[in-house]
Amino acid sequence: MTRRETIRIYLAVGCGAALGSLLRLLVAVGTGAWPVVPPYSTTGIVNVAGSFVIGFFATLTGPDGRIIISPAGRQFVMGGLCGGLTTFSAMSLDTLILLLDRPGVAALYLAAVVLLSLCAVFAGHALAARLNR
Amino acid sequence: MSLQACLLVLLGGFFGGTSRFFVSGAVGRRVGETFPWGTFAVNVSGSALIGFLAGLGQRHGGVFAGEAFRAFFIVGFCGGYTTVSSFSLQTLNLSLDGEQRGAAFNVVASALACLAATGAGFLAAAGLAR
Repeated sequence: MTRRETIRIYLAVGCGAALGSLLRLLVAVGTGAWPVVPPYSTTGIVNVAGSFVIGFFATLTGPDGRIIISPAGRQFVMGGLCGGLTTFSAMSLDTLILLLDRPGVAALYLAAVVLLSLCAVFAGHALAARLNR
Repeated sequence: MSLQACLLVLLGGFFGGTSRFFVSGAVGRRVGETFPWGTFAVNVSGSALIGFLAGLGQRHGGVFAGEAFRAFFIVGFCGGYTTVSSFSLQTLNLSLDGEQRGAAFNVVASALACLAATGAGFLAAAGLAR
């Protein structure tokens, strides 16, 4: 990769992640979680939504995909928007906070968000695979 | 929500996202791309960082518990740095490639290691306060 292409990809990821993170803040405001309450519902929503989008987009723009897009464009959406929207760190922190007084709920919360995110990425992939046919 | 919080989240998200791209790429090139260790490393280190920062807020209060600090470091940087979407996609790809054990390992190891890292970060910040 040339220096110029590398800079383009970094800018694409950075700008996408900035927008994804802002979107996550807006979801937190919308669910009443910003700035005080631990953002359980926000974390669940953004992680499931971001996983769906990345699964859909990866398959739609992949080798057998219907849409051809530049590497920087692909990284803007996948590494940037989806990566910035979703958050593993807040999910871990939410779980830790819950673990201190309700361990059962903490385990259920973490398992639910992870499993729903995995279902969402599969659903996005499957939908795009259908559209690719 | 203030305009300042929005700008700080944008800025933190930018640095978090580019740091993720750098770290996951560097780890992936070093240990190979057959298993998503790059994303794993990012998520574990970001989880340790968020635990540490939350611990600072809890123990010291003041600027560490303020809206600006949380917007830039916790929501922006840590949130932009760590990712569930790449984790989900890479787990799906392992599974579609027939690597069911690798996929299961990725899920369990990521969840447990990140939780442990957050706890360790939190305790480290508490230790500093003494």
